[in-house]
Amino acid sequence: MSEPVATPASANAVQVDDTWLHHVSHVLRSNPVTLLAFVLFAGIVVIALFGPWIAPFDPMESNAARALEPPSLRHLFGTDNLGRDVFSRVIVATRLDLTISVAAVALSFVVGSILGSLAGYYGGWLDAALNRVLDMVMAFPLFVLAMGIVAALGNTVENIVYATAIINVPFYARLVRAEVNIRRDAGFVRAARLSGASDTAVLSLHIFPNALPPLMVQVSLNLGWAILNAAGLSFIGLGVRPPTPEWGIMVAEGANFIVSGEWWLAIFPGLSLMLAVFTFNLLGDGLRDIVDPRTRT
Amino acid sequence: MPGRLRTATLRVAQAVPVVIGVVVISFVLTRALPGDPAVYFAGPAADDASIAEIRSALGLDRTLPEQFLIYAGDLLRGDLGQSLSTGQPVAEDLARRLPASLELTGLALLLACGIAIPLGVLAATRPGSFADHACRVMVTAGVSLPTFFTGIVLVYVFYYLLGVAPSPLGRLDFAFIEPEQVTGFYLIDAAIAGDGETWMASAAQLVLPAVTLALFTLAPIARMTRGAMLAALGADFIRTARASGLRPKTVIYTYAFRNALLPVVTTLGMVFSFVLGANVLVEKVFAWPGIGSYAVEALVVSDYAAVQGFVLVMALLFVALNLAIDLLYTVIDPRVGFDGV
Amino acid sequence: MQTSRRGFLKTSSGVLSAAALPFLKMLPAEAAARDVVVAVTGQTINSLDLHRKGTNRPSYQVAVNCYDRLVSFGTKSTPDGGLSYDSSVIEPELAESWTISADGLTLTFKLKSNATFWDGSKVTAGDVKWSFDRAVSAGGFPTVQMKAGGLIRPEQFIAVDDETFVIKLDRASKLTLPDLAVPVPFIINSKVAKANATADDPWAMEYLHKNPAGSGAFKVLRWVPGEQLVYERNESWVGGPLPAVKRVVLREVPSPATRRALVEKGDVQLSFNIPNKDAKELAEKVDVFSTPIENCIHCVGLNYTFEPFQDPDVRKALAFAIPYEAVFQTAAYGRGAPMWGGDASSDSIEWPRRSPYSYDMEKASAHLAKSAFASGFSVPFSISLGLADWMEPTALLIQESLGKLGIKTTIEKIPGANWRTANLVEKRLPLHLENFGGWLNYPCYYFFWAYKKGHLFNSSNYHNAEVEQLVDETLHLATDDPAYAPKIKRLFEIAFEDIPRIPLWQPALNVAANGSSGYEFWFHRQLDIRPLKGA
Repeated sequence: MSEPVATPASANAVQVDDTWLHHVSHVLRSNPVTLLAFVLFAGIVVIALFGPWIAPFDPMESNAARALEPPSLRHLFGTDNLGRDVFSRVIVATRLDLTISVAAVALSFVVGSILGSLAGYYGGWLDAALNRVLDMVMAFPLFVLAMGIVAALGNTVENIVYATAIINVPFYARLVRAEVNIRRDAGFVRAARLSGASDTAVLSLHIFPNALPPLMVQVSLNLGWAILNAAGLSFIGLGVRPPTPEWGIMVAEGANFIVSGEWWLAIFPGLSLMLAVFTFNLLGDGLRDIVDPRTRT
Repeated sequence: MPGRLRTATLRVAQAVPVVIGVVVISFVLTRALPGDPAVYFAGPAADDASIAEIRSALGLDRTLPEQFLIYAGDLLRGDLGQSLSTGQPVAEDLARRLPASLELTGLALLLACGIAIPLGVLAATRPGSFADHACRVMVTAGVSLPTFFTGIVLVYVFYYLLGVAPSPLGRLDFAFIEPEQVTGFYLIDAAIAGDGETWMASAAQLVLPAVTLALFTLAPIARMTRGAMLAALGADFIRTARASGLRPKTVIYTYAFRNALLPVVTTLGMVFSFVLGANVLVEKVFAWPGIGSYAVEALVVSDYAAVQGFVLVMALLFVALNLAIDLLYTVIDPRVGFDGV
Repeated sequence: MQTSRRGFLKTSSGVLSAAALPFLKMLPAEAAARDVVVAVTGQTINSLDLHRKGTNRPSYQVAVNCYDRLVSFGTKSTPDGGLSYDSSVIEPELAESWTISADGLTLTFKLKSNATFWDGSKVTAGDVKWSFDRAVSAGGFPTVQMKAGGLIRPEQFIAVDDETFVIKLDRASKLTLPDLAVPVPFIINSKVAKANATADDPWAMEYLHKNPAGSGAFKVLRWVPGEQLVYERNESWVGGPLPAVKRVVLREVPSPATRRALVEKGDVQLSFNIPNKDAKELAEKVDVFSTPIENCIHCVGLNYTFEPFQDPDVRKALAFAIPYEAVFQTAAYGRGAPMWGGDASSDSIEWPRRSPYSYDMEKASAHLAKSAFASGFSVPFSISLGLADWMEPTALLIQESLGKLGIKTTIEKIPGANWRTANLVEKRLPLHLENFGGWLNYPCYYFFWAYKKGHLFNSSNYHNAEVEQLVDETLHLATDDPAYAPKIKRLFEIAFEDIPRIPLWQPALNVAANGSSGYEFWFHRQLDIRPLKGA
């Protein structure tokens, strides 16, 4: 491993903030797609926060007489096999899907960062042991591991979050470990140590912040992936329990109706799912541009 | 090179604890699954006595450590046990199904590379242009679709509505029998047998599932190609090459691309092992007799031996793949050594 | 063209290839359809031997199609124009004739003298004895099912000579003869089996698992678990009329949407066990047979170990709070037969029958108000993941309705492996859905399994001393015995008064045919390919 090319971000906050903001606005102006991603993201957050008030119908209320109606002015996205309003369900599901992915990613972020920092900073047997454990998790077929965990623990929202978090931990731990490892003997670290800072302080205040930019990119990409993962679990039947609206379950159940012509059951939640994942992915790309100026010309 | 051989041996040695760990974890995980295979497989109308008989026949009445020792002993003899749901030895099941998954995944990746790498290069040579943004939006849209959803929509449109795709019935239509087994890859086996019709038939069956998977894998490959190309194009030696008056095409394809290949290959390895595990859902939609659908079915009925066998095979594949990539590294870039991580 | 691997259909005799070639869609389709039927199913066949431990339900069809029994059931027409087995008629299969002694304890069967196994050897009484011995010794489900007919020990079976087989019973029972017509007591070529038996495996379980050795209408040409099973006609079958089709290809397609598309487009000739919704919608385009499954009821189970359900008013409140019609239309798409709103004073002993309950929220509230749980309670509502297609909508509608009474339910989907354990073996699910169906078509048989204490399908932990006694008294009694009907009526009365299982509807087994005919419904709910015809 060679020394890092880019100069590490220092603690000199004020100056950095200024140029950073400038850089962000530059990136956003020059990259309409990233701008779009930020707008979409804001929209999703708004829907997640105010979904229950936006939804025109009770997402749980069935109406057998109006089952499987195609989209109309009354039911924008049609109704499902129990006569529930698909539009309301799609809207209300936003919060849960966002919660699952954010919680899962946050959990793997925290656990992965701690493990990775310790391994990267102290090295030695700790590093070796962690590496082997991560290898082990990575060697598992990840989706099947998630399935197994949910099947073993029971299909509740928490367990879906745990399963998704566990299969994501190695990515964060690896990343943080690498970022910490290359800096543990850097000049600014030595200086901090000489000035009497404890290991914890050096690690958390001086070294770890440098790993944040690439981590943010990983987070945003992972948010999308976490949603897809939960949707996949639902498709197998190991998702959130009914009647709670969730995009993955709606797509999975609606998928069986496509052949009989009731396309709206799967298409609309599918598009929402896609839009959300799409937003997170674009956001990740955009963040990468912002945090890693080298990739811009 | 003896040095390379030694490092390879070292790599294999490092993989041993990983594989052992995977064996232990998969054993524990399957035992933690809810449900009692003995009850499930005793069938309808079974009474307590018959359930107990099945339990002892399956060895499930022993303690967990005992069960593990028996399992480990069998493993050492190469016996992966019997699958309860298919009634076949797990090793046989996997041997038959693995080529199906590998063929599908491999073709999907090939397809994805064919599209994503040129797209990535294109995007990298004109960063910030309309083409760059278009590529990005396109590949991101692909990875944002749940694969099972894409699969069902493709079946609906191309088979049900348009009638151009063959019936989504697995690897071959009814009328054909699988080509004589050499590799287990129908395309290769049919080619070896010189049987054009079977080749066409199995290729036709592959198209939709491969496209479904390829759509999903475009993004990481394109993204990594773009990133690696940008990094390579920004490097000093490219500046030197440009300055010394080499044609832009030569610079891009000979110098930059070769140097960008390394991270792309790594990504490919990661994507391959990821997709092999993730095409579970695609296999389900297309009735594809691969190991993914096998694992799902096994997991749902707590078919211990089958789940463990699947996990073990995937882990071995993963280790082998990583090793292959590491070795490939030294070929692509001789400066890379094995020390460090 | 040389011998290619293109079609296994082509590889055998000239006659066969001519019949099979059209399959390649190169020649006119009519010729193919007559001789070959392609069927799809969503389930996996995991063994060719029903007696083996771990053999799953879908595999039972191999016992039906590839093996013979001594006797079989007759055939009748159903109201919708389809065919069904007839539980009231027992017909010969391998037995030419049989006599029952006056005391009902000795059954003597005369075997068909021209009956041969696939390898050409004669079917003898020795083979029958060996097969029956195997069924009662194998343990697990086959042994339990044999026991239902009073067939318990090998000593009960005697091969008098090559063509005479005798069964000695401990007690006379109306269930014995029908139990010989279920898939379990199938007759195996014991010479072949013994040749492949080992000291560890005296019943040749390993061999017959993959290599059937029978005398049945079809042989297995190919079997790839998880993919397909190919049957080929046995030209010298004597168990019944020779099947019309030479070959049946059974493909396993897990996705129901794909199966629907296949049969709708005519790429397959038969789709077995299709969802109710498809049955309703496809009925306009292809031939759909929806046969109510005899002696089977989808019901809501109320577990007595859960305190509120010990209160009869709570149970009745629930029985009145179910929106039956909406459930039937939403979950079953109107396929099957309603099991609610019956006439309590009905004098018939027909079963399944409608319960006296119907959707009436006022009565439900009144009953709940009378109970000790007037303000409601919370309870998990368990359904099986594998049966979610009807259980989920049913549970959702019931959940909504119970919510209005103040009974809060949370729906739990339990994976297939755990479902049987939790629901039937441990019987620990307070509120759940249940779908037992008895193979032998007698009400007493249903009550035996579903209402007797400790019996497998009594998922409600129901116990009533009178029911125990009535079931014991009626189980072996002939249905025309004057004591039978009054006792059965009393059973109905108790079952509806105590209502530990709330009947919802009698489900239907749906089959779509597009280019094949002759489908016949069987109680075992597996595909009997013998009567199938091409278009």
